[in-house]
Amino acid sequence: MRDRVLIGLALVLFLTLVTYPMWHAVYARTTAAGPQLKLPQTAKTCVAPVAFMRASHMKLLINWREGAVRDHRLEYTAYDGEKYRVNLSATCLGQCHTNKKEFCDRCHSYAAVSGPYCWDCHVDPTTVVARRMP
Amino acid sequence: MKITRKEFLRITGLSVAGAGAAKLVRAIGVAGPAPPSSVSAKRWGMVIDFQRCRPGDDCDDCIKACRLAHNIPEIPERAHEVKWVWKERYEKVFPFQQSDYTRRAYQGHVLPVLCNQCAQPACVRVCPTAATWKREDGVVMMDWHRCIGCRYCMAACPYGSRSFDWEDPRPYIKHLTADFPTRTKGVVEKCNFCEERLANGRAPACVEACRQKAIVFGDLNDEQSPVRQLLRARFSIQRQPELGTGPSIFYLV
Repeated sequence: MRDRVLIGLALVLFLTLVTYPMWHAVYARTTAAGPQLKLPQTAKTCVAPVAFMRASHMKLLINWREGAVRDHRLEYTAYDGEKYRVNLSATCLGQCHTNKKEFCDRCHSYAAVSGPYCWDCHVDPTTVVARRMP
Repeated sequence: MKITRKEFLRITGLSVAGAGAAKLVRAIGVAGPAPPSSVSAKRWGMVIDFQRCRPGDDCDDCIKACRLAHNIPEIPERAHEVKWVWKERYEKVFPFQQSDYTRRAYQGHVLPVLCNQCAQPACVRVCPTAATWKREDGVVMMDWHRCIGCRYCMAACPYGSRSFDWEDPRPYIKHLTADFPTRTKGVVEKCNFCEERLANGRAPACVEACRQKAIVFGDLNDEQSPVRQLLRARFSIQRQPELGTGPSIFYLV
């Protein structure tokens, strides 16, 4: 029974390591709650039902992109018959989701979605200061 | 009527062969060259009038308007320059239309040049990803989502109308507009004939901005269009038409 101390120490070390993620979560104040998103203030409907947009907005955007750039389809008829201009900056952000940081970015960061690189090129209209014409 | 076994087999065989042949003919027809587009189809073109254009007087209205409309960066390093509409020296614009005398007379003259929106664009033929293609109305389009930045198109273009983004252009854009995307590092860009404005029935930004009314825009397939009227009334030249690219930009001399 001379190894009692060693065994005890090893046990403590083992338990610490195994439960480390839990302690870390407690320390970082992680909760299971979803991200607090800033929803559009005025618009009540999106171009597709909310459940679809939540799961598949990336597919819809890819289709918009292909349609607008390659096939020159610049108008989108939504499921409820409403017509929208196919334009990420002007329609999605310009008309409804005026707060990209607290809508797009917040959820992407919660879901640990790296990218997307849309914004390397497309411009968030709210960040643009009034332009001067020559 | 009674059909013999031999007769039955012959008819069956012939009909199977006939159906197969029809399918083959159709497949060849689909794969073959597309039928020429109808005469009513548009082909956008542009006429630039040297007698009205004053690029030597420090006028760069067209270039400024384009820069604002398309988020074009102003990169001081010349090797990294991004050009949609720009001023080029006469001897570079028309290298094979010179004599000793014109060379002397027009030494140092500058002219506005842009993508020629060719009828047979060399850039489109070489693009490995179909990131650049020719639309039915004659606009040579660019899809920056698909461009992999290989720069084959730049090598193919005889007019130097394409620029490569060697660095992120965002910091070099003075007045950002949300109406048009910027580009990213590693893609090739060029004049898009303001296709985003054409979609709304507006003329290109350079045409609207030109105070001298030196740039005229219209449908080359429409005999009554202003460009066709000008091309009938006055003598015009294209940039190196002998290359077979069929430029849609004409210069009135």
